[in-house]
Amino acid sequence: MTELNITTNPENKAAVVSLLFQLADDDFLYSFRGSEWLGLAPHIEEDVASSSISQDSMGHAAMFYQLLEELGLDNADALAHLRPAKERRNSILVERQNGEGYYMDVPKYDWAFAVVRNYFYTAAKKIKIESLKNSSYEPLANVAVKVNIELYYHLLHWKTWFAQLLNSTEDAKQRMQAAIEQVMKDFGDVFSLGTEGEKMVEIGLIEEEKVLVQRWKEQLKPVFESLNLSIPEIPASPAANGRNFEHTEDLESAISTLSEVYRIDTAASW
Amino acid sequence: MSVLERELNEHEKLEQFIARIEAGDKIEADDWMPEEYRMALIKLISMHGISEIMGALPEKEWVPKAPSLRRKLGIMAKVQDEMGHGQLLLRVAEDLLKPYRKDRGDLMMDLFSGKLKFHNVFHMPAKTWADAGVIGWLVDGAAIITQTNMLNASYGPYSRALHRICAEEVFHAHHGESIIMALAEGTEEQKQMLQESLNGWWEALLMFFGPASSTTTGSSKQDVTIKYKIRTSTNEELRQSFFTKYIPRILSLGLTIPDPTLRFDEEQKVWIYQQPDWTKFKQIITNNGPRSQARLNLRRVSYENNAWVRDALSAASN
Repeated sequence: MTELNITTNPENKAAVVSLLFQLADDDFLYSFRGSEWLGLAPHIEEDVASSSISQDSMGHAAMFYQLLEELGLDNADALAHLRPAKERRNSILVERQNGEGYYMDVPKYDWAFAVVRNYFYTAAKKIKIESLKNSSYEPLANVAVKVNIELYYHLLHWKTWFAQLLNSTEDAKQRMQAAIEQVMKDFGDVFSLGTEGEKMVEIGLIEEEKVLVQRWKEQLKPVFESLNLSIPEIPASPAANGRNFEHTEDLESAISTLSEVYRIDTAASW
Repeated sequence: MSVLERELNEHEKLEQFIARIEAGDKIEADDWMPEEYRMALIKLISMHGISEIMGALPEKEWVPKAPSLRRKLGIMAKVQDEMGHGQLLLRVAEDLLKPYRKDRGDLMMDLFSGKLKFHNVFHMPAKTWADAGVIGWLVDGAAIITQTNMLNASYGPYSRALHRICAEEVFHAHHGESIIMALAEGTEEQKQMLQESLNGWWEALLMFFGPASSTTTGSSKQDVTIKYKIRTSTNEELRQSFFTKYIPRILSLGLTIPDPTLRFDEEQKVWIYQQPDWTKFKQIITNNGPRSQARLNLRRVSYENNAWVRDALSAASN
């Protein structure tokens, strides 16, 4: 394989940067939403397990931001904390708040929404990471191998919750059905590669969106069939595409929380 | 006659029990134990366990706000450990509660009703990032001292849990110390944030070890726990160890301890210090501290909010 030219080809570099921001911002926000649940999960064992997943995901975000830093962008902490919402590439799905209320007050978070979002997101991330293991950008392919190992457990965890809750009380089933609907409304940009998508595929950074979507459906199929559910449709043209900097207010408030201390003094060592 | 026989047997059992713990033997969950011992353990371990869980709440406030990716990862791991300790300890308490047909759900109800108390430090606000550091460094540092005091507890399951917990607490103290060092060596604003945090936590840290004797607050578990070899040192001895370990470290960072009377008396070989306000301590541990009700409410609301999940899980397992 010839090495991908990003040093003298600015279009190639822009595609790599865009993809890395999508991956980094996704996990940064996903981990944040998970960490808001800390101490509030349905039982203590789950608190320990899901906070381990949030930690892994923050670790993944840190690795992706690090790759951006190595490409000569700002340092990883500044990239994670200081970029405003209008420069973020994450999907709408991960920026959505966990439910009513701010985590510092008395939030009423929805566990059904958490399970469905986390399961569908993790399944999608796993498909992408599998594809990225063969990325033409070698540093990314190397990170994908590391991330992939942990994703096995994340996926197993959320799949278990998903099946268990859909196999129990009527109340739980209804809540889960409502959560599936809610999650799918925001699923339109999860696989989107944004405006640089064609270039990414052309230079072999990742496979094309429709191939990834198909694999996601195939992966979920046996689980859905065992639960007598049909795989929900991914919205064809989402109202907002996070990959192209379109976001909701939920992202603004998330970033303001995530960077509250860092912004006190960005030059200081913390 | 049968009544007399049973009494004699109980007496013999108690004698044997005392002989076992005197010999350094470990008592296990299914062994016979006097009621007083079981009750003391339940009170101690369920309070310890629930404190770990309530203790996650002030710190989790700072998890998303931690000021770098590295700090975010560090504090996430730390709070997760605390929840893990809570789980470990509540399982030990649940075994002891079996004869009363009680479980974790009952402990949660006792927490909500105020019957089960949690450590005074977790009733306090965590106002700034420096508080997250002070909790890790000094609150966990104080916890290491009290827990090390019980590492050889006569009750085997508690002793084993504490060995694991203490190993992790050492990492927490390093995590806290690293946050503190960055602030102490940082900008004027960071230094000031740290000093204010120490000022706010000092009294709570002294209270953490409990009153020197039951005459201070009307009750103390320390006598019965020493009698049964659950712990060795007294509250005051532990507080003195804390001073000896941490006062030089605090001063070396250029911080001022908010107690002008604090000094080491060379003759008596003890630290002389301003007593915390023990009336306030009683107020705090009876859930009238600055953040007591807010934290209990958060725990209560999340418990109720997730009730459907517990119902669903028990339906799925039936």
